[in-house]
Amino acid sequence: MKLKAPDRITFTTSGFCPGCGHGVAGRLIAEVAEEMGLADKLITTVDVACGSLHLSDWHFDTVMAAHGRTLVTAIGLKKVREDNPVLAYYGDGAGYAIGMAETMHAGLRNDNVIAIVVNNAIYGMTGGQMAPTTLPGQKTTSSPYGKDAARFGKPFRIEEAYSGFDIGYLARGALVGAANINRAKKMIRKAFEKHMDGQGLCYVELLSPCPTNWNLTPLKAKEFLLEEMTKHFPLGEFKGGDAK
Amino acid sequence: MEKNRTDVTRCKGCGYCVAECPKQAISFGDHMNAKGYLTIVVDQEKCIQCGSCYRVCPDYVFEIL
Amino acid sequence: MSERVLMKGNEALAEAALRAGCRFFAGYPITPQTEILEYLSWRMDEVGGSYTQAESELAAVNMVMGAASGGARALTTSSGPGFSLKQEGISYLCASDLPAVIVNVMRIGSGLGDISQGQGDYWQMTRGGGHGDYRTIVLAPNSVQENADLTYLAFDLAEKYRHPVLMASDAAIGQMIEAVELPEFKEHDNDKFDWSVKGGTMAEEYRRIQNIFYSMGLPYEDFLREKYAKMEAEEQRWESTAVEDAELVLVAYGISSRVCEEVVEGARAKGLKVGLIRPITLYPFPVKAFEEAKNAKAFMTVEMNLLAQMTDDVRLATGCRIPVYHYGSIFSISDTQELIARAEEVIIEAKGGKL
Repeated sequence: MKLKAPDRITFTTSGFCPGCGHGVAGRLIAEVAEEMGLADKLITTVDVACGSLHLSDWHFDTVMAAHGRTLVTAIGLKKVREDNPVLAYYGDGAGYAIGMAETMHAGLRNDNVIAIVVNNAIYGMTGGQMAPTTLPGQKTTSSPYGKDAARFGKPFRIEEAYSGFDIGYLARGALVGAANINRAKKMIRKAFEKHMDGQGLCYVELLSPCPTNWNLTPLKAKEFLLEEMTKHFPLGEFKGGDAK
Repeated sequence: MEKNRTDVTRCKGCGYCVAECPKQAISFGDHMNAKGYLTIVVDQEKCIQCGSCYRVCPDYVFEIL
Repeated sequence: MSERVLMKGNEALAEAALRAGCRFFAGYPITPQTEILEYLSWRMDEVGGSYTQAESELAAVNMVMGAASGGARALTTSSGPGFSLKQEGISYLCASDLPAVIVNVMRIGSGLGDISQGQGDYWQMTRGGGHGDYRTIVLAPNSVQENADLTYLAFDLAEKYRHPVLMASDAAIGQMIEAVELPEFKEHDNDKFDWSVKGGTMAEEYRRIQNIFYSMGLPYEDFLREKYAKMEAEEQRWESTAVEDAELVLVAYGISSRVCEEVVEGARAKGLKVGLIRPITLYPFPVKAFEEAKNAKAFMTVEMNLLAQMTDDVRLATGCRIPVYHYGSIFSISDTQELIARAEEVIIEAKGGKL
């Protein structure tokens, strides 16, 4: 078996911290685009936070959008570039806090774009503050005694929010462990296929470790993700998946 | 025979590959790269080219030949 | 063949945008802008473009950012409170060197204000209303015809500078119905720019739309200074009426300028030497127009705001050598007779007590 990082990952420099999931997410997107013969057409939009560092390692035409507007920027772009696959790449802070209105209405309209949302349960770029996805009791720099879910709410689950919407595809994967990563790649592949088929919003949330801001070693972060995060964020396909 | 080529200039020493390898073919060596990370080494004898290390690596260190 | 038809200002603006090759609109309803959105909700389909009623002004302006990145001629429109929400996107468009047209059909007041015509957004529009170190070209129509003509021009200017262009319309201009000669349809090719995102092979340098100083580095400083210097040199637009011998020169734009045209006529009939400079570009402010006002003893801005916003620019244009008065109201458009009476007082005052 030959395996080599995709050509589209040019790796001039990667600014991601050790053990961060963004590197894997970027690779999966590039692999899928290359395998489907879409690499020459793919356009991406990235948020201003950690995910924007892909600008220096992936070789795709890319727009850096305002924080939380990555999805609507992609939607506007797709309307004038209908033949191109258009992918919005952003985090849970962008999608579920400042960009919640955009997240909901993209689902309501079922806009035909791919959304890859990296969920690490905190704000990464600003140094690990509490997010709508932060787990109950989780300590962050803005919830130093642990998140009080009674005050700040339970972790936000996109599959519940989108439950009434007819969108093209909705799934959640994880960016740790070879088996999970293989499954996440299949989800991304399905999102691309359905997007190219014009089925509307194709949405994959990816649970990602953030060892730096969780104050854990990468391996401990992997453990936390699999044992704690998945309790609140179940993995699997929620819409548009294979019949079960 | 080289089965698994690594570019440890990219390695950040997260250790995901070490934990993932089913044959314990990957371990931390004593080489520190220019970024200051202790990097991994692959035992080419033990490697079965399953690609697990390639899949979990966030920094594109591995190439399975 | 251009057509002459009777149209509402907002609708003429919308139709002119389509004729300029605009094929992307996203907006949100707010009075007194809403007719633009309503008109495009059916008309955009007819010309094969994309229309979206967005969930907010923030979403709309950021959709415009996406469409502009793809090389399209993109438009969003709003009014007062909604225009404030557009500032995020306008700042990003400037930082990313993207052309787009953003219309503000001005209404009165800060906060919610009210839906009648106002000119209180002058500072916000001409000083760069969002964060950071930027300004934008601002076009100020004073008729339905100009709503059409300046919108048509706005897209060209936006592309010329790769920079957003703002339209400072107002409720009166937007709502009035007048005869208008519509411009010809022109084609726009989304692929005509080398910078727009479209996808590419590995052999091509990939295109990145982002804060351009990330890729440009230090030369960005000169680039930006030159961009604004060029705008100020080449884009000043205005109309002058009886300025050469005028002792009092009124300065007014938009709906206020229409009243001032009557004031000049009425004042001249009474023997008062009154003229009018009507800025058509609010930024760059038409400084050159003031060279002609050699006889001026005073200037007076007539604007629908109380804080005398445009007087700043008149003082700057005239080096503070000549007194600048302000005549403002926000609840009603200035009255011609009252203005003539005020003009007489100002002339007497500026000339030391005698006519």
